[in-house]
Formats: sequence, C-alpha cells, structure tokens
Amino acid sequence: MNLISYFIRKLTETEVWKSVFRHGYTDTPRNRALQTLSNVWLHLHPVKVPKHAVKIRFTWCLGGLTFFIFLFLTVTGVLLMFYYVPDVNRAYADMIDLMYVVPLGRLLRTSHRWAGHAMVITVCFHMLRVFLTGSYKAPRQFNWVLGVLLLVLTFLLSFTGYLLPWDQLGYWAIMVGTNMGAATPVMGYQGPFAELLGVKINNDIRFALLGGTQIDAPSLLRAYVWHCIGIPIIAGALMILHFWRVRKDGGISGPL
Amino acid sequence: MSNHAKAQIANYKKTKKVFSWPNLVAKEFIAAILVTVVLLVYSYYVDAPLRELANPGEPENPAKAPWYFLGLQEILVYFDPWIAGVVVPSIIIIGLMVIPYIDVNPKGNGGYCFWDRRFAVTVFLFGFIFWYLLIIVGTYMRGPFWAFFWPWEAWSFDFPTPPPLISLPNWLGIFALLIYFGFGMLVPAVAFWKFAKQLGFIRYNITMSLFLLMMGVLVKIALRLMFNIKYILQTPWFNI
Ligand code: HEM
Repeated sequence: MNLISYFIRKLTETEVWKSVFRHGYTDTPRNRALQTLSNVWLHLHPVKVPKHAVKIRFTWCLGGLTFFIFLFLTVTGVLLMFYYVPDVNRAYADMIDLMYVVPLGRLLRTSHRWAGHAMVITVCFHMLRVFLTGSYKAPRQFNWVLGVLLLVLTFLLSFTGYLLPWDQLGYWAIMVGTNMGAATPVMGYQGPFAELLGVKINNDIRFALLGGTQIDAPSLLRAYVWHCIGIPIIAGALMILHFWRVRKDGGISGPL
Repeated sequence: MSNHAKAQIANYKKTKKVFSWPNLVAKEFIAAILVTVVLLVYSYYVDAPLRELANPGEPENPAKAPWYFLGLQEILVYFDPWIAGVVVPSIIIIGLMVIPYIDVNPKGNGGYCFWDRRFAVTVFLFGFIFWYLLIIVGTYMRGPFWAFFWPWEAWSFDFPTPPPLISLPNWLGIFALLIYFGFGMLVPAVAFWKFAKQLGFIRYNITMSLFLLMMGVLVKIALRLMFNIKYILQTPWFNI
C-alpha cells in the first residue's frame, strides 16, 4: 500500500502530470473542485451536487446510461462504417463478412445492435423515473419537452438502422413502418384527404422517406445517411441542450 | 420565472451537497463499466439476428416492425392505418410534451411520491403499461397474418376464420361518440369540481381530451374483442 501511494505521489508530482492536469492531486477540497472544473470532460458536472442526487435509487443512473450507451453506439457504429457499404449489392455480404471474417466483427455488430435496443429501453425508463419524481415540474418543463424530442429521435435512430443489414427482417419491418407513413392524412397517398393537395404515390411523404415508390437502393442510402449522420447530429445537439438545461434549471431536482 | 421555480432554486442552494469528484463521477464510471461488460458478455453469447437477403418478392409473414413500434402495429388491428400509424403516435408525442404545462400540481417535485399526485401518476403508469402490454402481445402473440397465438402455441396457417365484423350505423356511432366525449368532458368537471377549477378551463379541456383519447383506444379494442365492431363512424373520407 505504502509503495503504491509513494508511486502515485511521485507520478502526480512530475512535470508531465502537472502539465496534463493543471492542478495537484493532493486530496484537498480545492483539488476536488478543480478535478471537475479544469477537466473538459468532467466540467459538464457541477462541482458539487446535492447529496440525494448521487443516490442510485434517485436517478437509477438512467439518463447517464442512455448517454453512455449513445457514446458506445457512436464508437461501435464508426467501426462498423469501416466495413459496411450502403449498396444493395454489398450490404448483406458485408454483414456476413462481419459475422464470419472480420476479426471481432461479430462482437462489433452484435454489441452495436443490442446496445441500440438497450438505449431504447433506458430512455423509456429514464422518462418514467423523471415522471415519477415529478422532475418535469417548474422550472424544468422545457427540459422535459427536449426529452420527448430525444425519445422520438432515439426511436428513429434505431428504426433507420434496422434496414441497413438489407435482410428480410429489416426490409419488411421498414415496409410496415413506411406504409404507415403512406396513410398520413393529407401528406400520404393512401391517407384521408390526399387528393386535396394532389398527393400521389410518387410525391408523398413515404416517397420522401424511401427516395422512391418502393424500398430500393435510394432507401438504403437514405436510411444510412439519416442513421449515421443526420439523426446523430440532431440528437447530439439536443443532448447538449438537455444537459445544459439540467444545470441551468437549478441542477438536478430534489425534494423541496 | 414562477415563484415556485424561484423557491426551488433558492432551496437548491441550501441543500446539503457533496463533491462531484469522486462521489458522482465514481458512480457514473462504475455504471458505465457494468453496462459495457453486460453488453459485451450478452453480445458474445447471443447473436444479433440476420435473416436471408432482402427479397421484395417474398414477404415475411408476419412482417413485424421493430419491437418498440409493435404497440402501434398491434392497434392496426383495431384502427385504420392513418389512426394507428400517424394520429396515435402524434397525439402521444404531443401529449407527452404538454404534460409539464397541464400538470399544475406543485407537489411531488423532486422525489418519488404517489398520494399527492394520484391522478397524474395513475394515468401515466396506465399509459406506460398499456404501451408495453401491446408490445408484448405484438411480439409474442401474433403469428402469420397477424393471427393471435398464445406464446406456447405453435404458429400455424390453419387458425379459425375470425368472425365477420360489423360497423355501427352512423347515427348510432355519432351518438356514441357524442355521449363518450360529452359525458367524458362534463361529468368529471362536475364530480371533481375542485380538480377542474384548479386546472382552469383550457388545461382541463386539454387534459381530459388527451385522457379520453387514450381511453378511447382501449374502448375501441374492447368493442372489437367483445362485439366485433369494425367502425364506429364511417365517412366517405375516413373511418373511425
Ligand atoms: C437520448 C435521450 C436522453 C438522454 C441522453 C438524457 C440524459 C439525461 C441526463 C444525464 C440527466 C441527468 C439526470 C439523470 O441521469 O437522470 C437527465 C435529466 C432529465 N431528463 Fe433526460 N435524457 C434523455 C431523454 C429524456 C426524455 C425522453 C425525457 C422525458 C420525456 C427526459 C427528461 C429529463 C428531465 C426533465 C431531466 C431533469 C431531471 C431532474 O432534474 O431530476 N430526458 N437526462
């Protein structure tokens, strides 16, 4: 034990350490504060939080975990992009390669997939906990609204990913989903009042989603671009706003 | 900012606090590691599904949406696609967004509590559970042609033909809708006068419309399952 603390002390006193972390390591209140304040990743947190807020049974870590899983998905997703090409003639073969040829490819693909499901689950339960603790009440009303947008975006992220393997499961699931889009009142060609605006199969909302009248190469490309670029950017921006508001709205909620 | 909000923030300043480092950060770190381990171990043992190459000529039967949308696909049995696929999700999203603005009860902010907000918690939990029940039915109990099978039954194509469906005549349908929404809006206003007054006219109407719409989905499901009702109202443009 003494040896370890000796080494830690020596290490944290070196010039290199100090140049990286910009403050000492000795356990003083000032250094504990600086640990949060002077670290770009940690300064998302307040220096101090209410005692009840660090109880697991208050937040169940659910918001944080949703965000963490989002990061996990970003990392595994980028790695998958090295191997996957959104081309109808290749996509499925790339999946097979990932499963059987690419080193650790199977783990990569599988964990990305299960993490996607996990994020949908944690975001739903995060919403449930926020509701049950009444944390959407003043002054946090707007952060709840942002949350609902994030909930929808999480569903859409997962949904757009579903088509990418170009297998029967994804293909027909997207068929079910986009056919519902075709039934949108006024904006879908099978929906009520479609005639009013002259909406047909080749200019309705389903057409815009699929890039055609059926699920084909343009649909795969659209799903890919939305999944890997469009929605993550929007969701990421909203998450920044969401976290910022948690702090601006007076920090995490607590009993009055 | 409302006085209440100010009080909250003032109160925040007074609560006992601890340093984020290490009290909070350490827990976040442990939670993140645990989740990573669970995800990787689970992924190691359970493969992600991959079916045959997509084939537009050979529909899956049943073709299922991803599980989190199966609640909507499930109510497709009871409603036309424009309601099940578009109107219901839109109302859910809007309904969720307006919750903070229609719930004026200041109690139970920042802690788990049931008694002081019975109505809100009950309605929300009901909706939450309803959504997941539909997902469970859609995931485990729907086979070819979306026919109903218990989870322990084998899927087959040889299920009994469903009974023919009947629609209400329009006069009866309009009457039923008027009764449902009319009484639904008026009776609670009288019976729970204090509650309604606390909400105010606009909030009360929004709250009750959303509530009645949610219960309406349940009512329609019940009408179908018990009386084989197809539509309550038919018009040249849409049916309900
Ligand atoms: C991608 C999705 C989301 C992420 C990453 C996220 C993340 C977070 C985090 C890290 C917190 C801090 C407290 C905690 O961990 O519980 C938080 C708080 C909060 N979230 Fe979310 N959230 C998401 C979606 C939602 C949804 C769907 C809702 C509600 C509909 C919501 C409403 C709120 C509210 C009102 C707070 C403040 C809670 C309080 O002060 O107690 N968020 N969120």
